[in-house]
Amino acid sequence: MFRVCLRGGIISVCLPGKRFPYPYMTDDTETTEWNRKDLVAIEALSSSEIERIFAQADVFKPSLDSREKLMSLRGHTVVNLFLEPSTRTRTAFEVSAKRLGADVISIAENASSLVKGESLRDTALNVRALGADMIIMRHSSAGAASYLARVLDIPVINAGDGAHSHPTQALLDAYTLREHFGTGPRRSIAGRKVTILGDILFSRVARSNIHCLAKLGASVTLAGPTTLVPMTFTTYPSVRVVHDLREALDGADAVMLLRIQHERQTTTHFPSLGEYTSMFGLNRERAGWLKQGAIIMHPGPINRGVEVESEIADGPHSVVLEQVRNGIAVRMAVLHLCAAAWREQRHLTAGTGKTAP
Amino acid sequence: MNPSPLWIKNGRVIDPESGRDAPGDVFVLDGVLADCLPPRAKREAVVIDAADLVVAPGFVDLHARLGEPGNTACETIASGSRAAAAGGFTSLVAMPNNAIPADNVGVVQLVKEIAAKTSLVRVFPAGAVTIGHKGEKLAPIGSLKKAGVVAVTDGSDGLQNNEMKRRTLEYASMFDLVVFDHCQDTSMTHGAVMHEGVWSVRLGLRGFPSAAEEIVVANDLLLARLTGARLHLQHISAAGSVAFIRHAKAHGVPITAEVAADHLLLTDEALRDYDTNFKLAAPLREETDRRALAEGLRDGTIDAIVSDHSPVTPTEKDREFDLAPFGAIALETAFPVALEALYHNRDAATGGAFPLSLVVDKFTRSPARVLGLDAGSLAIGKPADITLFSPDECWTPTADGFQSRSSNSAHIGRPLRGRTHMTIVGGKIVFSAKPRV
Repeated sequence: MFRVCLRGGIISVCLPGKRFPYPYMTDDTETTEWNRKDLVAIEALSSSEIERIFAQADVFKPSLDSREKLMSLRGHTVVNLFLEPSTRTRTAFEVSAKRLGADVISIAENASSLVKGESLRDTALNVRALGADMIIMRHSSAGAASYLARVLDIPVINAGDGAHSHPTQALLDAYTLREHFGTGPRRSIAGRKVTILGDILFSRVARSNIHCLAKLGASVTLAGPTTLVPMTFTTYPSVRVVHDLREALDGADAVMLLRIQHERQTTTHFPSLGEYTSMFGLNRERAGWLKQGAIIMHPGPINRGVEVESEIADGPHSVVLEQVRNGIAVRMAVLHLCAAAWREQRHLTAGTGKTAP
Repeated sequence: MNPSPLWIKNGRVIDPESGRDAPGDVFVLDGVLADCLPPRAKREAVVIDAADLVVAPGFVDLHARLGEPGNTACETIASGSRAAAAGGFTSLVAMPNNAIPADNVGVVQLVKEIAAKTSLVRVFPAGAVTIGHKGEKLAPIGSLKKAGVVAVTDGSDGLQNNEMKRRTLEYASMFDLVVFDHCQDTSMTHGAVMHEGVWSVRLGLRGFPSAAEEIVVANDLLLARLTGARLHLQHISAAGSVAFIRHAKAHGVPITAEVAADHLLLTDEALRDYDTNFKLAAPLREETDRRALAEGLRDGTIDAIVSDHSPVTPTEKDREFDLAPFGAIALETAFPVALEALYHNRDAATGGAFPLSLVVDKFTRSPARVLGLDAGSLAIGKPADITLFSPDECWTPTADGFQSRSSNSAHIGRPLRGRTHMTIVGGKIVFSAKPRV
């Protein structure tokens, strides 16, 4: 059985007979409080808030090897409202919430009353009335998560809203980078060169990563065909746009590949998947243009043979599965922090999600 | 029975038609403007104290959606006319593109009948260009004209085909009917919900590129030149459109254009929190566009300021941004918004403040001229449509303070300067903010 103790807002995890170290206890994070009940977008977060999430993820990550659950969300009902197809993110959130002791209910669009014409507001209010303590939502419309956060008094975690934001993906990507680059006690991705390659225009992952990496001091290169990587993106801080693959990969510390999203393209943005692969697909030769030891990332799902060759996706520099695993730790941290902030706001006692008298 | 004579005293009288802008009195006898009152009428007259107020012709709106028939959940002609009166408008051109389109004589007659019974202001119906606004088959434009339409338009859906547009212009010119065009190349705006630019990229929303409007404006100018027919461009929003229209007017093309008041004050940055009340078509664009629109008004490129009043029920607006309908109500805010943007403009880089008479002109004489309406003037013998307003009074619109049946305003909670105090239609007081008599 785990013991969970609250100390200065940071939970430490203790296993019987074994105690995990606290590598995250830097001066910054210790003083940073987490006061948000919702996580809607990276844009609103400060770099120290991001570090605060990472510190919490550091605490939770070692527990992933154990078969025992933590109790931070015991008694909480977490609802996964996924109104767009998803395997990885939905499962990762479900696993994260369950590892924190929550009861998890997953609702998919084709199984919800939305197909009968119920509005998002009514669906959400009904889910709330049924006793939900937290909602994790994926939705095809940008802004849907902030709308829901205005409607509901319980925590709303954005699991992707249209082409706008996918904050936990950006956090787990940055967390993976930080793990990879970090050596000293102050792990940092500041000054690193990260290239994001592919369908940027329709990508919430790219938008969230741009904000997250900029806040953490990395410089970002966006690359892909002109139709999917418009120059408008240069208005983001610390971002350059490149339409030549060699230039984009040259000297990069990491490359994030994005899936070509057929389902979001209402008109033709490039002639064919084959032409895309011939111009921008990552293969062994092109991976050689990266900096020695650079890592290759992908948020999934991968179109093998389109944006990346299998031998690269499965190769020694690929951290794709580490990303998935880190996704659990980071999402546990987000759920834990938002629930704690909400309880604080509602004067509730930790461990119970029900309203106090 | 004719309403009582009116004696509007001590106001600042602005009448763009005659160039009058001076303190003075305005008299109304038997529902029309008079240069003085005979002694008996003077004794019986209702005296209105207009000290500190401007006395102007009643405002003329070339672009309002009144919802009836077909969309009465969001507005009726009665509620829309109350909103108009509260905003200083005395004449409205009612758009035909409701759920029941005005593509036949019956609907036009129905609008006129309902307006005659329930409207506080003058309602001029516009008719459809094509059946059901589908862009396939011409509506009976000649019969619509006989039934009383003052213009024909298809909104954003209909006229996308140039052959159809050309024949429409030629055919409508036979009846001296003005064709109104909502300039949008729909092949470029699939799924678009806001202006395409820095903010659409940030918000992850699909954008209307400025070019989707500018292309149609340029296209329309060429068709107007080809046919010599009267074409009026609705709610111009992009800087490039203003430049094209300026060029065409300089070359004698018979074209007129309008801008919606909201576009003079707001930009796409207003959408940063996904507030659906800022979701408009044409979309709010950038600061450079906003300035170009003001410049176009100043030099006469743009003829009129309109409300583009588009009521939407709270239920329909209260949802995901992509799914909410376009539009904002504006009859009650259009004039103050224009004053705020133009008359109260202190930015020397944009030419400084507009003279008050120029702003009034864009709401009165100029829009009336676009359609040749007998309105927008204080000339003796004209119908007594008069608006009294304070150009400086500050007020803040609230969601529950509107006369309109809907509350989807882009200005809720935003202080505005300029407020209507009294509205008179045909010598009858149809709106009064507080007792002035």
